[in-house]
Amino acid sequence: MTATAPRTGAPADRGRAVVRVGPVSGRFRWRHLAVPAVTAVVVVLLSAVSLGRGDFPIGVGDVLRTLVGLGEGTQEFIVLELRAPRIVVGLLVGVALGLAGALFQTFARNPLASPDIMGITQGASVGAVAAIVLAGTSGTGALLGGLGVPLAALLGALATGALLFVLAWRTGIDGYRLVLVGIALWAVASALTDWLLTRAEVTDATAAYVWITGSLNARTWDQAVTLALSLAVLLPLALAATRALGVLQFGDDTARGLGVRLATTQAAVVLLAVALTAVAVAAAGPVQFVALVVPQIAVRLAGGSRPPLLASGLLGAGLVVGADLLTRTVLPQALPVGILTAAIGAPYLLWLLVRGRRRSTL
Amino acid sequence: MSPTTTAARGIPDNVAAPSRHGRLTRRRSRLLGVLGLLVLVALAAMVSIAVGTRSIGLGTVWQALTDPGLGGEEAVIIRELRLPRTALGLLVGLALGVAGALAQGHTRNPLGDPGLLGVTAGASLAVVLAIWLLGISTPAGYVWFAFAGALIGTVLVFVLGSVGRGGATPVTLALAGAALSALLYALVRAILVSDQQSLDSFRFWVVGALAGRGADIAWQVAPFIVAGLVLALLNAPALDLLGLGEDVARGLGQRIWLARAVGLAAVTLLCGAATAACGPIAFVGLVVPHAVRMVTGPAHRWLVPCSGLLGAAFLLAADVLGRVVARPGEVQVGIVLALLGAPFFIALIRRRRLAGP
Repeated sequence: MTATAPRTGAPADRGRAVVRVGPVSGRFRWRHLAVPAVTAVVVVLLSAVSLGRGDFPIGVGDVLRTLVGLGEGTQEFIVLELRAPRIVVGLLVGVALGLAGALFQTFARNPLASPDIMGITQGASVGAVAAIVLAGTSGTGALLGGLGVPLAALLGALATGALLFVLAWRTGIDGYRLVLVGIALWAVASALTDWLLTRAEVTDATAAYVWITGSLNARTWDQAVTLALSLAVLLPLALAATRALGVLQFGDDTARGLGVRLATTQAAVVLLAVALTAVAVAAAGPVQFVALVVPQIAVRLAGGSRPPLLASGLLGAGLVVGADLLTRTVLPQALPVGILTAAIGAPYLLWLLVRGRRRSTL
Repeated sequence: MSPTTTAARGIPDNVAAPSRHGRLTRRRSRLLGVLGLLVLVALAAMVSIAVGTRSIGLGTVWQALTDPGLGGEEAVIIRELRLPRTALGLLVGLALGVAGALAQGHTRNPLGDPGLLGVTAGASLAVVLAIWLLGISTPAGYVWFAFAGALIGTVLVFVLGSVGRGGATPVTLALAGAALSALLYALVRAILVSDQQSLDSFRFWVVGALAGRGADIAWQVAPFIVAGLVLALLNAPALDLLGLGEDVARGLGQRIWLARAVGLAAVTLLCGAATAACGPIAFVGLVVPHAVRMVTGPAHRWLVPCSGLLGAAFLLAADVLGRVVARPGEVQVGIVLALLGAPFFIALIRRRRLAGP
């Protein structure tokens, strides 16, 4: 059936169920429903715990009461005004990066093709680091510095994404060409970032380095709302791409034969992935490793031949919020969340690799 | 890119060569290509010795090189500064080009540059620890730390990528490399974010440069690079068989595990030594093999040596350019390589039919 189909005589239908409603019938795998459902519950619990942790601890019960509008004054202020923006930004950034990674990896049929390696987050880093480093200078640098870091990052990511799209486009986008153009852009952007860092004052370099790592410190409701509005548009579009992505897996000719408008679909998938990455990176910086690792974990948990979109988004949210919770509670010193997402995600992926079945696809 | 399609792309060239005549012309054009690359490397080396903050005529260069007794300021500049720097650039370029071709062949992934196999991340962590704990802050002081880190990083990736059921497949190797790199970089970032002084030294190492590396560094890394080059050339034919699929290769008498181990050992020695000497220079290993593959085709017995030669020429040329554009200062070679190479690479991708590794 798929790459994960059991090799020894187990029935091919194990773990699958059939639904019939009138003339319509379909088959689905229980794991495809169970993984997102369990992840969603875990994400809600993690967020509730995270909202309660800090210099002024609040119990999970009180947090939930506050969220439905039954809390008392101080607790309401701490939960809703001080901590909620940070958690909401973390959740949304995780969802966006997880989805963007799944879209890119599926489209390019390459497990390494995440926005981190395709140069989009590095493009954002160039914008942000330039804004930080050149803020005090004169001339064109000051103009860039005056933009502010989030806007400069957004512009950097979108510009790199546009370049990626234009340069990879030749009557459609070949996944392989997209990946190669991506690494070229990655190399240019990282070189520019490293060069800017060597030119900077050391205090600016540290600030820039924290940004490059990805941090949720001092987020505001403004940022959370902007991010939420962008995702309200992008998320339904991304989830709607599920079927088209499944068909694209079979190769260009088959997809065209099955009635997919190839060029339009390819353009839509790439641009969606770029936009999702750009809004996420503008809000929290390039939170490391989420986009690469989360789809790979999702596909190993849920089974199937390609990363499931919904589960990838939810797992991304869980990883970012969980990592943020750890930095604020367990560690002696609050590190940027991007360090912890890599430090948790990487060993988990390694563990899955070590004990997992051999996969020859994606 | 799924392994099956890339393997299928490799077959026509490896197995079904059309005719004796066709094979001869292909071989002749490849030999001419190698000759051209050798000339290119020699030219780049000459220019690298002649050009700098102070330009020296080729006549003087020749005299200084052939007559060890020649005195004067220019002869000293050539012998003490330019010659070691050029030799190091040559070695490092060769090493990175060859390592890139091998790494892409073994992971069968166009993104499988040595950096993704844990070399760069391991070296970075070791250098940061050396700066942070021991207060070392000169390129000569980093060499052994970076080399040890690179070795440990790659061995870990190979072990983690091969212990799962099914052994070291291209996908598990690439993913294990990416995951381990992310973990090591997380530690690097944790130190750099909390210690400003470490960041101040590290940011100059991480761009990758040939400047300020004396002859002693070239001598230190040279044995490892030579050993790595020998292993790589031995490994290249096996890689062609592995490209037909592991089952076919096994049927043809290849010992898969041995071939992978030799390949990884070569990548580790080459890339580890290069990174130890100059800091991480990602672009050569990443891009040069793709450029070469468009000319030689996917056969590794040609691809591996040609990637080395083009890597050396490319690195030297970029270093010269970095010295010229910002006189009297210079732009680090790692940055010039990326800025110069990327547009060239993108143009190449758009023009040619693509061939997978």
